[in-house]
Amino acid sequence: MREDTNEIIRRFIIQNFLFDDATAMLPDDASLLETGVVDSTGVLDLIMFTEETFGILVADEDVTPENFDSVSSVAAYVQAKRAA
Amino acid sequence: MCGIAGVLTRVGETSPDEIARMVDVLRHRGPDAAGLYVDDRVALGHARLSIVDLSGGLQPLTNEDESVWLICNGEIFNHVELRDELRARGHRFRTGSDCETILHLYEERGDDCVHALNGDFAFALWDRTRQRLVLARDRVGVRPLYYTQTGGRLIFSSEIKALLTQPDVPRQLDLVALSQVFTTWSPVPPRTMFEGIESLLPGHLLIAQQGRLSVRQYWQPEFPPQYAERPMRDDEAAEQLRALLSDATRLRLQADVPVGAYVSGGLDSSAVTALAQRHATMPLQTFAVAFTDGEFDERPHQDRLAAALGTQHHTITCGPQDIAKVFPEVVWHAETPLLRTAPAPLFLLAGLVRQSGLKVVLTGEGADEFLVGYDIFKEAKVRAFWARQPDSALRPRLLRRLYGHIPELARPSQAYLEAFFGVELERAGAPNFSHAIRWRNTGRLHRYFTEDVQAAARDAGQRDLERLLADQRDGWDPVSRAQHAEIVTFLNPYLLSSQGDRVAMAHAVEGRFPFLDYRVIEFCNRLPSPMKLAGLNEKAVLKRAVADLLPPEIARRTKQPFRAPIRAAFAGPSAPDYAADLLEPSRIAADGVFKPAAATWLLNRARQGGRLSEIENMALVGMVSFGLFRRAFWDEFSERTQGSHTDTVIVRDFRAARAGMALAAAR
Repeated sequence: MREDTNEIIRRFIIQNFLFDDATAMLPDDASLLETGVVDSTGVLDLIMFTEETFGILVADEDVTPENFDSVSSVAAYVQAKRAA
Repeated sequence: MCGIAGVLTRVGETSPDEIARMVDVLRHRGPDAAGLYVDDRVALGHARLSIVDLSGGLQPLTNEDESVWLICNGEIFNHVELRDELRARGHRFRTGSDCETILHLYEERGDDCVHALNGDFAFALWDRTRQRLVLARDRVGVRPLYYTQTGGRLIFSSEIKALLTQPDVPRQLDLVALSQVFTTWSPVPPRTMFEGIESLLPGHLLIAQQGRLSVRQYWQPEFPPQYAERPMRDDEAAEQLRALLSDATRLRLQADVPVGAYVSGGLDSSAVTALAQRHATMPLQTFAVAFTDGEFDERPHQDRLAAALGTQHHTITCGPQDIAKVFPEVVWHAETPLLRTAPAPLFLLAGLVRQSGLKVVLTGEGADEFLVGYDIFKEAKVRAFWARQPDSALRPRLLRRLYGHIPELARPSQAYLEAFFGVELERAGAPNFSHAIRWRNTGRLHRYFTEDVQAAARDAGQRDLERLLADQRDGWDPVSRAQHAEIVTFLNPYLLSSQGDRVAMAHAVEGRFPFLDYRVIEFCNRLPSPMKLAGLNEKAVLKRAVADLLPPEIARRTKQPFRAPIRAAFAGPSAPDYAADLLEPSRIAADGVFKPAAATWLLNRARQGGRLSEIENMALVGMVSFGLFRRAFWDEFSERTQGSHTDTVIVRDFRAARAGMALAAAR
C-alpha cells in the first residue's frame, strides 16, 4: 500500500525534526517555521527530500513560506510541480 | 570457519605434502583439525575451526558415491532447512556439517546451487566424474579466496601466504596494487599486492574444466531506479526490516558453541546485540574496544548499551602502544599495506573473544552500506542536489552538515567547502561521482612515491576501478551509485578483509553479520534511497525498525566512524623501534618505493607532536605498514611459515599409484 503525498511529507518531518516521536502531532496546516520545527538548513533538507522522492526541481526563488511552511503547502507545491 | 587450499594440475603429479604445507600456514584459521583429499589431478586441503557438528565435520566432505568432493570455508546459515528438503528428495547425509548441503545441492542444480545458499562461504568443489573444479565465493565476499595459475597448475587458497609457499608461485610486488592502496585503502579487486595472484570477486564462480578456466558473476547488488515509487509505507518497511533482521540474527546464533557479539556503541551493533539477546536463552557475552584517547573512545555508549540489555560485557582498552605492538602481526594477516590503524584494535578485540572461550561473534557490519549510513552518501546526495542547480545560493549550505568528525572539513569557511566539494558537479550521473573526490584526495599520497613507482602505476589503477563500477545500471540515483561504489571498492576489499575476516581469523574467531544476510540486503535494495537516507537522516528505516529495542540516546546517535590513533602509535612517546627503522632513509632508498626525504620529513613532523592532517596520518601508517609488509612477506617469510602440524589427516587418496593404500592414513 502506498502513502499519499501529505503522509510521506509528514512522516519525513516527524522523523527528521521531531525525533520520530510517535505521539507527535503535526496538523497539515501547522507552520513549520513559526513552531520552530524546521530551521533554515532544515528547509533545504526538506526540499532535497521532496526532489528525490517526487522527481521535481525546486528553484531558489520557490523557496518561500508559501511553498514550504506546512505539510499541506509542501504537498500542494509538489502536486503543482508534478502536474506542470 | 576455516581455511582452504587446493591445486588442480594438468601436468605433473599432485602431492599431499605440498597441499599439507599450504594448510599448515592456514592453521590460525582452523586450529581444530586438518584434512586432505588427493587424486591424480586435484589436491584439496582444509584447516578446520569446529563450530557445527563438532565431532563429525572433518573436511574434505563428499557425497553418497564419492563422486563429488568439497572444501568449504564458511557457514551455510540455512542448512537446517536445506537439509530437510534434500533428505526429503532422497539425499543421504554423511555428517551434520552445514557445508555438506552444498554437495547435495550441486548434485541437483550444478553451479546454480549457490543461489540457494544463505551464508558466508568460499568453497572449492571437485566433480570427479566430469573432471571439473568449481570455486565459489559468497555474494558480498565475507570469506576470502585467492588463486593463481602457473605452469599448468591452478592453485587457490583462503589466504595469499599459502599460495606463496609453493616454489612455482612468484612473489612479485604489484606496483599498481600499491598505488591503489594509496588511493582506495586496498588493492582494487581482483588485483592483490602480488602480481599474478587474484582474488575471486564476490558473487562469482570460477570453473576449471578441460584445461579452460572461466569466471562468471552469479549475483550483484541491484537498486531501484531514481524516483521509483515506494513499494510500501515507511512503517511497513521498518516492520519488515525488523522481522528479516531478527531472523537473520537467529540463523547466525545457530552453532554448537556459544555465540557472542561486538558492541561499538553505535546503532548497528546495538541493534544486532539487542535482537540476539531476545533470541538467546542466557545472557549474551558482548565485547567492546575502548580507547585511552577520548577522541576515538565510545566506551560510555558501549557500557550503557550493555547495562540496558543486561549482557555479560567485556572491554579491552587500547592505547597507541597496544596498536604499535600488534601492528606487524596485523599486516601479516591483512596481506597488504594499510592506511588505517583501525584493524589493530579489532585484532585485539578478537583476541579477547578467543581468551573468553568464544569462537563466534555477531557484528553490525553492512548496515552503513546497505541502509545508507556513511557521510560519503550524504556528500553524494548534497552534491547531486546542488548540481541540479549549480548557481543556487542555498543548496551548498548543506555541505556544512557533512563530516563533523574530520576537523579539516567541519570548520572551514563556506567558500572553502564549496571549492572542495563543488568539483565536477556536472558528472552527477557518473559511476564514480560520489567517490572521485575522496580518491583524488587520498591519491595525493602518491607524492610520497618515487617517480619510478608513480610512472609504473599511472592510470592503470583507475581503469580497474572503472571496470568494477561498470556493473552499475542506468537510472540508479547518485546515492545508490555511491552505495555500489562503496560496496565493491571498500566493504569487500577493505572492511570485510582487513577489519573483518583477517583480524578475526588471526585468532580463529568467526564474525557473523546479520545485515549481510542476502535477504536483508535484497530487501534494503528494493527500497528507494529516500526511505533509507531520508533527507540527511541516515539509516532512517533502521532507526524506526529498532528504536524500541535500544536506549533512546543510542538509537538517536549520529554515526561515529570507527577510527584509531595513528601518529601517537608510530611517532608518540611509546613509539616502537620498528617505525623509525622502517623509515630510515637508507632502508627507504633500498626499497625504491617512497622518497627518502619525504619519509624523513614526515617522521620528524610527526615526532614534533603537533596534529597531523588526515593525509599525513595516512602517509605515516601507509609507509610504516608497507615496510612491515615488505619485511613479513620477503625477509621473514620462510621463518613465518615454518613448522608443520602432525594432526593432518589424508581423508582420501585416489591417486592411481596409491590404489589399495590404506584409507585415512595419517601423514
